[in-house]
Amino acid sequence: MHSQTISQLAHGLRSGQFSSVELTQHFLGRIKRYPELNAYITITDQQALQAAQLADAKIAAGTVDQLTGIPMAHKDIFCTQGVKTSCASKMLDNFIAPYNATVVDKLNQAGAVMLGKLNMDEFAMGSSNETSFYGVAKNPWDTSKVPGGSSGGSAVAVAAQLAVYATGTDTGGSIRQPAALCGITGLKPTYGRISRYGMIAYASSLDQAGPMARSAEDAAILLQAMAGFDPKDSTSADEPVADYLASIDQPLQGLTIGLPKEFFAEGLNAEMATVLETAIAEYKKLGATIQEVSMPNLKLAIPAYYVIASAECSANLSRFDGVRFGHRCQHPQDLTDLYVRSRGEAFGKEVKRRILMGTYALSAGYYDAYYLKAQKVRRLISEDFSKALSEVDVIMSPVTPTPAFGIGEKLADPIEMYLADIYTIAINLAGLPALSVPAGFINGLPAGLQIIGNYFQEAKLLNVAHRFQQVTDWHQQVAKDFA
Amino acid sequence: MSLSENDVNKIAHLARLGIENEDIASYAQDLSGLLALMVQMETLDTTGIKPMAHPLDQCQRLRPDVVTEQNQRDHFQAIAPQTQDGLYLVPKVIE
Repeated sequence: MHSQTISQLAHGLRSGQFSSVELTQHFLGRIKRYPELNAYITITDQQALQAAQLADAKIAAGTVDQLTGIPMAHKDIFCTQGVKTSCASKMLDNFIAPYNATVVDKLNQAGAVMLGKLNMDEFAMGSSNETSFYGVAKNPWDTSKVPGGSSGGSAVAVAAQLAVYATGTDTGGSIRQPAALCGITGLKPTYGRISRYGMIAYASSLDQAGPMARSAEDAAILLQAMAGFDPKDSTSADEPVADYLASIDQPLQGLTIGLPKEFFAEGLNAEMATVLETAIAEYKKLGATIQEVSMPNLKLAIPAYYVIASAECSANLSRFDGVRFGHRCQHPQDLTDLYVRSRGEAFGKEVKRRILMGTYALSAGYYDAYYLKAQKVRRLISEDFSKALSEVDVIMSPVTPTPAFGIGEKLADPIEMYLADIYTIAINLAGLPALSVPAGFINGLPAGLQIIGNYFQEAKLLNVAHRFQQVTDWHQQVAKDFA
Repeated sequence: MSLSENDVNKIAHLARLGIENEDIASYAQDLSGLLALMVQMETLDTTGIKPMAHPLDQCQRLRPDVVTEQNQRDHFQAIAPQTQDGLYLVPKVIE
């Protein structure tokens, strides 16, 4: 049961092969069988079984969506009413969300059965899941390796089949990078495509939610349910939502794929280059043509990103002050002591590093040199993408420079960890949609292919990914210990 | 551009963020390394370039000036560390 796609499971539920309660119990059993993966922060078994019973009643009545009765889990960054929403931080270890995120409401309306809340890097700041207050989630392909981050628990849960699908968020690669390192499909939609309401903010001009699933087809079904304008999110895009399944099978004859020469010039790992070349060869067989594109300002994406993300994080995280919710220190001497100690005790080291960096970048006398400069660089990077995407239909690149690295390997040097985001963060700066699909293995570990498209062209990305998955079986591989 | 331990203390104060004494040296080192990365942006001439604050260059939406939210004070204060008579309690601010 656990290896089936959403549409197979929906068919099984509707034809009475199994009930949602049985399916939910099956997944709850798997979650409890593999605690060592540390994918979940909270397991909501009682609520899940109640939701499954409701779903079974709806299925019996014939009023169903494709997602009705299908067990899933949310990244613990999405507020879920009545359920702990920790953002993997000690700061919110006691936080029971008083309302639902729009994404949670939308999936609930579609009949989703939430199994629990998933592990992640603290406040989504990290690329390895190692900054979580609840400990690192483990990569199912090799449990001595990181699953990537920040949506690490989401990628682990889907890859080890502890949920049919998961939600994730992506500020600099946090959906695509763990999807690549765990061998699943992850989509970061256009900025504003999915509501950010109730999604705990890290860097508001970059944050975007998206689906993490076992195939592009599943991701299309999920995006359909998650996308859309939301008046409660002031940056929500008021654009029509396409029918993502309608065009998913279209042939790729005549598709032009751009390869940015700057991504291939230097530093690309030879094995990763082979994975990419093999994928490109598949696309040529499907009728695509390849064209080199140039994006000269990409090399400045990492500095610009870390200025903007840190600055926005330092502002967003100022709401955690020990006054209205979250952690409060014992016996504060005065108001300043309350702020300083509550925040000091409850934030981890990476979060503190970014708050300090952002506070510095925004402080008097430095604003122009860092934040304003970074926003100008951001525009030039965005223009590079616009130019390239006026010449080609999609851009392809690796997702990560290497497959999953060892737990603890990069913790000592934060900058080395930041540099590994080179292929993903520029897309967030531009606000474009991008997707990660499994494209091969390097020494037994999954490697991903990134497909980048123009604004609101998610349907095209899903089509390009789906056709690849029709002629390859990388996305169907499962780590043998969790099959 | 490198930051001293004194600089780190000043920034931490601005952020009202408690940091451990034994971590200050490593923050100074990490932040200096990050700043070295960030100054790479100076290699790019951005004269006349408009800063990009939002990926889609949207304007802030307006809505009709009508009440849309219900009062949920009790509900929201149920998770507060300390409240009294519908107010959030903090240490005395004015002596």
